[in-house]
Amino acid sequence: MKTFPIGGVHPPENKLTSGSEIQYLPVPAAVAIPVVQHIGAPAVVVVNKDEKVKTGQVIAQSKGFVSSNIHSSVSGKVTKIDTIIDSTGYKQTAVFITTEGDEWDETIDRSNEIITEIKLSPEEIVKRCLESGIVGLGGATFPSHVKLTVPAGKRCDVLIINGVECEPFLTSDHRLMLERGEEILIGVSILMKALKVNKAMIGIENNKPDAVAHMTNLATAFQGITVHALKVKYPQGAEKQLIKALIKREVPSGKLPLDVNTVVHNVGTAFAVYEAVQKNKPLFERVVTITGKSLSKPGNYFVRTGTPVKELIAAAGGMPEDTGKIVSGGPMMGKSLASTEVPLTKGISGIILFPAADSVRKESMPCIRCSKCIQACPMNLEPYLLMTLSEKGLFERAEKERITDCMECGSCSYTCPANRPLLDYIRMGKATVIKIARERVSKQ
Amino acid sequence: MGNLLNVSPSPHAHGKETTQKLMFGVVLALLPSLFTSVFYFGWGAIIVTSVSVASCLLFEYLIQKFLFKKPMTITDGSALVTGLLLAFNVPSNLPVFIVVIGAFISIAVAKMTFGGLGNNPFNPALVGRVFMLISFPVQMTSWPVPKGFATGYADAVTGATPLAVVKEGLKNGESLQQLLTQIPTPSQMFLGNMGGSIGEVAAVALLIGFIWLLYKKIITWHIPVSVIGSLLIFTAILWLANPEKNASPLFHLLAGGVLLGAIFMATDYVTSPMSPLAMIIYGCGIGILTVIIRVWGAYPEGVSFAILIMNAFVPLMNTYIKPKRFGEEVKNG
Repeated sequence: MKTFPIGGVHPPENKLTSGSEIQYLPVPAAVAIPVVQHIGAPAVVVVNKDEKVKTGQVIAQSKGFVSSNIHSSVSGKVTKIDTIIDSTGYKQTAVFITTEGDEWDETIDRSNEIITEIKLSPEEIVKRCLESGIVGLGGATFPSHVKLTVPAGKRCDVLIINGVECEPFLTSDHRLMLERGEEILIGVSILMKALKVNKAMIGIENNKPDAVAHMTNLATAFQGITVHALKVKYPQGAEKQLIKALIKREVPSGKLPLDVNTVVHNVGTAFAVYEAVQKNKPLFERVVTITGKSLSKPGNYFVRTGTPVKELIAAAGGMPEDTGKIVSGGPMMGKSLASTEVPLTKGISGIILFPAADSVRKESMPCIRCSKCIQACPMNLEPYLLMTLSEKGLFERAEKERITDCMECGSCSYTCPANRPLLDYIRMGKATVIKIARERVSKQ
Repeated sequence: MGNLLNVSPSPHAHGKETTQKLMFGVVLALLPSLFTSVFYFGWGAIIVTSVSVASCLLFEYLIQKFLFKKPMTITDGSALVTGLLLAFNVPSNLPVFIVVIGAFISIAVAKMTFGGLGNNPFNPALVGRVFMLISFPVQMTSWPVPKGFATGYADAVTGATPLAVVKEGLKNGESLQQLLTQIPTPSQMFLGNMGGSIGEVAAVALLIGFIWLLYKKIITWHIPVSVIGSLLIFTAILWLANPEKNASPLFHLLAGGVLLGAIFMATDYVTSPMSPLAMIIYGCGIGILTVIIRVWGAYPEGVSFAILIMNAFVPLMNTYIKPKRFGEEVKNG
């Protein structure tokens, strides 16, 4: 069975909710929808205070090519445009809406009918993705229309669909594949049409044999789509690792998948593309896993964007007494939240509540140079060295040692027997090196 | 909700591995050799090992408490490993005071002067051993004949190691053929029935430890395999070139401390290189230097010196020999 060759770790899977059918979270009484739910320029607010909005209406317009539209996830009245602390911990602008009913924009097809025939042209598909605010739902939230626009001189010969879900605990993609498999496959066909490729490969880790079987079965009805089971290893869902595992191409340092003639999209994104293109439904709702060992009712929910985390926790049986940490995303790369008021956004695939005992780090010991961090690094970097260089402020050397190749997967910190905060320092060093490099370019 | 939440950067999960577990994993891997050493050398093995371990722990404790004045890390298990390995590298009839001096050199001089765990450039147990070898050459080269508990301790009957027999004999012009009849057969050597340091004699026990270390992923294969491989290849060349004068690769492998050195001494985390290619170069360096010392040097055995010499190159190797980065040199098929 295929996997990526270098490094990787095997954290306990803890997929508590893989058997829980996706439910619809009741529409919340109020939402706060941030204007940045993607990588790129913030969208510009186009509604005013006291304005009435419908579900699916554009409330913030994308600004520039790498940006994305933001839609209202509820119908109701805009109460204010103010700042809110989002999942990154930073303050940013958000549109606050009080819900009144649930009146959707008329152009959205709300029927359950699955539409197979793809009527839009490639250009229209890209335009629709832009209009519908589609971003990568695997967590990176890169605007999808940018990835569907192949620049002149570049070529894509295979589309890779990421159904790996290598982060422990998370099951949103898993459930989506089981329950919306056909829609995902139509979404994949739409992406293929937009990219003008006739081959797509869906990679799924084999800890989800039901999803592999289901998707393989469904894919027989689709031209050019194949499903591939992958040997479980974190971080297989990382773009470069998945490409290496599936088609044995290695994306050069500092380059993009298109430089090896491929594009990667997540299964969740494929589903959102289906809804946008076939149903004209913009991205204002996604599957979120709410999980944790002490939660009474962990599960998977379709959640409207802007819903406060506390609503989701309430649906899952309320916050357990022993909660010590709340993480948005997976335990390996997710961000810990300081409050339950944080709004759920397009990029959040799960909320994990950790008991207090699992919430604090153990004491850090001296490095014994066991080299386990090197063995774990999927980029074959030397985390122990990058940490030391960052700690000592030797950023030039850190750049030569390719600190910018680090994707912050956390395998080094996870594996370190001395509990050293490797990634904390590397993250700081990497940010500094990128800043220095930018300054160098701007001086020239 | 009255309780504050913990906020920290990712990852929010940590593997079960700890420094302590790794060290105790090494201790477990050393147990088969400890059992065979007691089987062959009786009380001597027990006395020397206990004294060595106890004094290593004591010196580390005293230095941390009175000189470093830092939180105690004696429980991390590293001093225990050093104590065991030091004992494994000396004869079973070594007087207690010499063992204590060796332990002092290992812990106080070779390890703590550099700042303790993780900072020492040279393998502490080997520094202690070589110090004792140079300072007490007679006691360090009198090897009890293995007779179990009948061997005794201070009154042990001693003899030469197979390596010394061959080296001396060849120097005196005796024929290799004739010398090989004076030493144990390869199968006896494999089981450990020969004179030598406490922990080095039984190849079978060391190999069991090696399998355990690999199975528990405490070490990788790179260093032990390259030490043994390079030693076998080098001695095979010499043996094929002149079988009258040079002993076989099998003899070089089983006699002396190659296996102990390759599996347990050269793989010491702190003093060995970090990337696979550097590990292989380091291992080959040890194998080749060992043969050079054994065949042309003044000592019959050279593993300790070879490892210490290669220890000195480790910082250089860590600086200049890099793992091949992902996406560095791309060949796309």
